Amino acid sequence: MRLLRIVPDDTKFDFMRFRRISFPISAMLSVLAVFLYFNHGLNFGIDFVGGTLIEVQNKSGPADLAKMRSTLSGLGLGEIQLQQFGAPTDVLIRAAQQPGGEAAQQAAVQKIRSALGDEVSYRRIEVVGPRASTEFLATGTIGLVVAIFAILIYLWFRFEWQFALGAMIANVHDLVLTIGFMSVTQIDFDLTSIAALLTILGYSLNDTVVIYDRIREMLRRYKRMPMTDLLNVSINSTLSRSIITHVTVTLALLALFLFGGQAIHSFTATMMFGVVLVGTYTSVFIAAPMLIYLGVGVGRAEAPEPVEAVAEART
Amino acid sequence: MLYFTRWRALAIVATALIVCLFAVPNFFPEKTVQGWPKWAQRHIVLGLDLQGGSHILLEVDSAAVRKDKVEAVRDDVRRVLRDARIGYTGLVARGDSVEVRIREGADAQTGLSKLRELSQPLGGLLDATGRRNLEVSDQGGGLIRLTVTEPAFVDRIRQTVEQSIQIIERRLNELGTVEPTIQRQGVDRILVQVPGLGDPQQILDILGKTAKLTFRLVDQNANVEQALQGRAPPDSEVVYGSQAEGKQPYVLEKRVIVSGEDLTDAQPGFDQRTSEPIVSFKFNTNGARRFAQVTQENVGRPFAIVLDNEVISAPVIREPILGGSGQISGNFTVESANKLAILLRAGALPAKLTPIEQRVVGAGLGQDSIDKGIKSSYVGAAMVVIFMLVTYGLFGLFANVAVLINVAMIFGVLSLLNATLTLPGIAGIVLTVGIAVDSNVLIYERIREEVRAGRSPINAIDAGFTRALATIMDSNITTFIAAAVLFYIGTGPVRGFAVTLGIGIITTVFTAFTLTRLIVAYWVWWWRPKTVPI
Repeated sequence: MRLLRIVPDDTKFDFMRFRRISFPISAMLSVLAVFLYFNHGLNFGIDFVGGTLIEVQNKSGPADLAKMRSTLSGLGLGEIQLQQFGAPTDVLIRAAQQPGGEAAQQAAVQKIRSALGDEVSYRRIEVVGPRASTEFLATGTIGLVVAIFAILIYLWFRFEWQFALGAMIANVHDLVLTIGFMSVTQIDFDLTSIAALLTILGYSLNDTVVIYDRIREMLRRYKRMPMTDLLNVSINSTLSRSIITHVTVTLALLALFLFGGQAIHSFTATMMFGVVLVGTYTSVFIAAPMLIYLGVGVGRAEAPEPVEAVAEART
Repeated sequence: MLYFTRWRALAIVATALIVCLFAVPNFFPEKTVQGWPKWAQRHIVLGLDLQGGSHILLEVDSAAVRKDKVEAVRDDVRRVLRDARIGYTGLVARGDSVEVRIREGADAQTGLSKLRELSQPLGGLLDATGRRNLEVSDQGGGLIRLTVTEPAFVDRIRQTVEQSIQIIERRLNELGTVEPTIQRQGVDRILVQVPGLGDPQQILDILGKTAKLTFRLVDQNANVEQALQGRAPPDSEVVYGSQAEGKQPYVLEKRVIVSGEDLTDAQPGFDQRTSEPIVSFKFNTNGARRFAQVTQENVGRPFAIVLDNEVISAPVIREPILGGSGQISGNFTVESANKLAILLRAGALPAKLTPIEQRVVGAGLGQDSIDKGIKSSYVGAAMVVIFMLVTYGLFGLFANVAVLINVAMIFGVLSLLNATLTLPGIAGIVLTVGIAVDSNVLIYERIREEVRAGRSPINAIDAGFTRALATIMDSNITTFIAAAVLFYIGTGPVRGFAVTLGIGIITTVFTAFTLTRLIVAYWVWWWRPKTVPI
């Protein structure tokens, strides 16, 4: 049986030259993402801004959103968002945080429930009060920062500091782009989004580390190979693995995205963007080329290696 | 790298097998499993998002607890000074402190040393930290300030939370809920998780009430009009009736005749004459004696039954009540009478609890989520398995076997830990399938490279493993750090994701280092391959 070869055996892409394009593009996209974050904002879910979220299922056929909207808007609970959720019978109702502390949130649920009466069944009710939501946002942010630094410290122990710094810059870049993506799509930003961001961080680093490992190995073996060549060879020789792994991860995420249901839709969508699109691109086009600027290999007596050695390294 | 002693091979297979076996109880109905030995009963717990249920985070009213604590100190000061017959003025509770002025200069030193005795070391004699519950300071001119220390407040809040947890447990048991879990969170929070129950309102109703019951005499000498203007007699106060009765004001004596703590039983029932719903109760000996005495002395006067600072009813004492039992009536429905009986039986909460987060999932949505989780797992796993077969052939098959065992081991470890499986947790497992094959991909790609570099098959395989394993370790630890942080900061479903992700990484590294190697080693030993088929 002939086996599938997604990446040919002997690739020689000049990834290092591509950095003249990829770095400006990434810088531009990052700036754009930050701009979007501050101007367009994120669609914060109730986890972070408080409020009420109710998922109902209409008992008699497809739900009449217009009618529900008019029923609920008369309750004096401020803006109420209605959204079809998965099946046509299912509706997601969101009410903003009510003024008047924790008890007011509970009262809002009661009002909505008595307004909708027996026509619907309640699949999910979530109420997050002002205090809890503030804390979630704080712990979420702290968690991300702690994770970034914990990983940085680990990489610093295992590699030289330039690698740790390079990996961190690359991965903050990933997070920034993903947040930009969430701003553009206005995907719900809730606690599971923090989970998605942390996972993206983990896996994107996973990828970066694999390439860095190879670079370190090459640095030890080929003491005199020019740095640009060395990085190129490292990226090319791990390219097949990078692509295949991303195919398998994509397949797993795709299954979750298509069949996992509404509840984890935004979670998997974010992850697909972060892990599959950005993560791969970053390790190949940003994390590895960046090592040049961070001064890895400075002070090596670079000279053309004996011809056989280069040939061996490239195969 | 490819050589295993027989014992090591056996140990590896045995470890994997035993871990997998722990997953077995999950596939049998609960009834069957109950007959098994205790150690074999460990199983995965479905999260509330999968089985339906309520997750309610309550917060103790710390401000009120602090205020109570300071007021208790004020009462202590009064008692101490009175007992020592020391004259004082201006005894007030202000913020976290109590201030008092000793009237006579000659008494100042005695007063100070008496009040110093109130300051006790925290945490009993064994606590060597030297922290105390009070700081007593002489402000000069006979003014003494006693400040409650922060650790003392924290201690009190902790105690309040402990007591509240016990009361909540009793109330939920009375309500007949199945396996509620009640945990402290942080200093002043309580997390209540109740699986299964459809209507969270019932639980909130039960938990939201302090249920502090008191029997007090109505002060008939006081003028209600004057009292409403803030001129109630010093030993009386205004308490309002229920909303249903138009919030009628009563002037009640502050002295409590009997309180809810003296109840031994409370049951819902019906009044024999009016057939209205009522709650009947029994006092303990102490309560019965006091109630008998007070009713004997006050025939003809009304007394009030006060629940959570609201007068439920204010009947007139027609004759002394000596039997130590009685009934409360007052516009009850059958349901509210039942609820009150539960609350009275379980006892009063030491402080008010406020729900600050509430998440409820209906059983229907839970089942939907399970179905979707299972379907996406099958589809995801199938796609990955086929892709690996197409890409690596025989070695792909090895990888798939390793992944299969990997997933079984995840379930085994989850069962062993009695861990909670949530929908994001299932996503974590599916993701692990996608990632677990990565370790195989790393190894196989390395072998391919070594073959191309001209090594013999066995050499190439050996070198492939040696070099790839270091990378596998490094790359997985970064993800593990992310999972650990997530576990620490996350709650509920998100924590479920962190758990499966973390366990998945550990089992992945285990299978890569042992099982995959073992399988390939045996294949090499068996076939003595001339070429590597990848």
